[in-house]
Amino acid sequence: MWEWGALRDWLSGLMTPYWANPLLTAVQILMVMIGLVLTMAFYTLAERKVIGWIQSRRGPNRVNLFWIPGLGQPFADVIKLMFKEIIIPADASGFLFRLAPFLSLVPALAIWAVIPFSPQHAFANIDAGLLYVLALTSMGVYGIILAGWAANSKYAFLGAMRSAAQIVAYEIAMGFAMVGVLMAAGSLNIGDIIEAQRGGPLSWNWFWLFPLLIVYFIAGVAETNRAPFDVAEGESEIVAGFHVDYSGMAFALFFIAEYVNMILISALTVIFFFGGWLSPFDGYLSESAWLAGPSFFWFGLKTLFPMFCFLWLRATFPRYRYDQIMRLGWKALIPVTLVWLLVEGFMVYFHVGPWKGHL
Amino acid sequence: MFPTILFFVFSAVLISAALGVILVRNPVHSALLLVLCFFNSAVIWILLDAEFLGIVLVLVYVGAVMVLFLFVVMMLDVNLEEFRSGLTDYWPLAAAVAGFVVFAIINVIVVKHLGGASLRSAPALAEGYSNTRALGTVLFTRYAYAAEIASTILLVASVAAIVLTLRRRPGGKLQNIAQQVAVRARDRVRIVKMTAEKRP
Repeated sequence: MWEWGALRDWLSGLMTPYWANPLLTAVQILMVMIGLVLTMAFYTLAERKVIGWIQSRRGPNRVNLFWIPGLGQPFADVIKLMFKEIIIPADASGFLFRLAPFLSLVPALAIWAVIPFSPQHAFANIDAGLLYVLALTSMGVYGIILAGWAANSKYAFLGAMRSAAQIVAYEIAMGFAMVGVLMAAGSLNIGDIIEAQRGGPLSWNWFWLFPLLIVYFIAGVAETNRAPFDVAEGESEIVAGFHVDYSGMAFALFFIAEYVNMILISALTVIFFFGGWLSPFDGYLSESAWLAGPSFFWFGLKTLFPMFCFLWLRATFPRYRYDQIMRLGWKALIPVTLVWLLVEGFMVYFHVGPWKGHL
Repeated sequence: MFPTILFFVFSAVLISAALGVILVRNPVHSALLLVLCFFNSAVIWILLDAEFLGIVLVLVYVGAVMVLFLFVVMMLDVNLEEFRSGLTDYWPLAAAVAGFVVFAIINVIVVKHLGGASLRSAPALAEGYSNTRALGTVLFTRYAYAAEIASTILLVASVAAIVLTLRRRPGGKLQNIAQQVAVRARDRVRIVKMTAEKRP
């Protein structure tokens, strides 16, 4: 829990702790949600700008804010989407059609409960944090499947089927990559996983578990249905896949869920492989220096890199064909993780590598 | 106090969802209610401090098994009337089997495990107790052989499932990557040498 001494005392003066603690937690949840939604909004802008620059265009440049071209674009988009009518197709399964956007958004937001932003800032420091993350990422697929089925449209249904198979396939590779991280840290607790990587950039997991990092990130891209694995949307073949019949804010919820999931995968990549909130100068500068201490600053800065990679990948690679996606998942990524888990097992056993404490 | 309220809320949802699974007409809705069932049982397990089992239930059943189940149910063209017609003939047998299962569960839990007492509070957990670690320790020491045998059976079953359903259709467009990489220009392009024609 966050240590907000002054505010907690002030609130406790106003009311009993029985009410003050849940209220404080609610305020904190609201703060994280607002931060996330703002990050997500500007991430959409960054995506269009970055892809624009990669393709020698300017990207959005009409809606200016503080004299910066395009900075107001996310707000313009939100206002546009809010005032659009939500159309429910006549033969759709009404309740499930309305439920599906929430089913994809809620797991995406709920995972943030166990993400530690800095050593002091995490909502729930639960023992099986890694499993919680894995379980909730696998929940997100329901939103997509239900959206595809409830719309009662063949395009949407095809998109949902593709996405279901893809997510289930890549979850296995992702889980195996996480097993590697678990072996290195000797704990399922996310705080402990970060703490186990202490000691400068070379003792972060990315160096010793490099194949697992690659597998994890590729699986993460596939899991969020992003290019080059976006066959679930496949605008050139099945129009827009599972959300073809959604409009207005119902569509926006899918959109938010997708981008929050991208930020989440980036944050998790940083936590598992780049030392989370640990500083890169850790062990090189004295511990008292602000730059060498663990903080939210480093976590945020590092998270920007995988977030950029998502956009970079999208601008660079053509879309995979469906059977190629399946081959990559089952015949390339899973064997790589299995081999590296064996190698890592030997490394742990013979005390090679930075992790030595837990055996 | 608060966990007790939570327990009753989630149990009520669990039981009504379980009833819904067998009473709802649409098979997709039925499968979704089953997902709700799994989710609520996971929550009840977590309330009992068995967080590993709870999360693994969500991970395996909700995250993977039920997704594939929905996948199949959505694509099937089920004739519901045919299913329903058999119910009147078989319900005595079904009731007998259900009664036996309920009896067996009560026997195992109440008589064997709790020693006849219908309610007993769980023992307090030690400080720093990790459910996951405790389960792992037991599985890989005391029940190591059982765990190995179970995993071998699962592996054999999954290999068998793949072998049984594997079929090669003629005319498929599957790539053979090794073949593609091994291709040389001379296999694809025929260079014909001929003298130039004179312009008329």
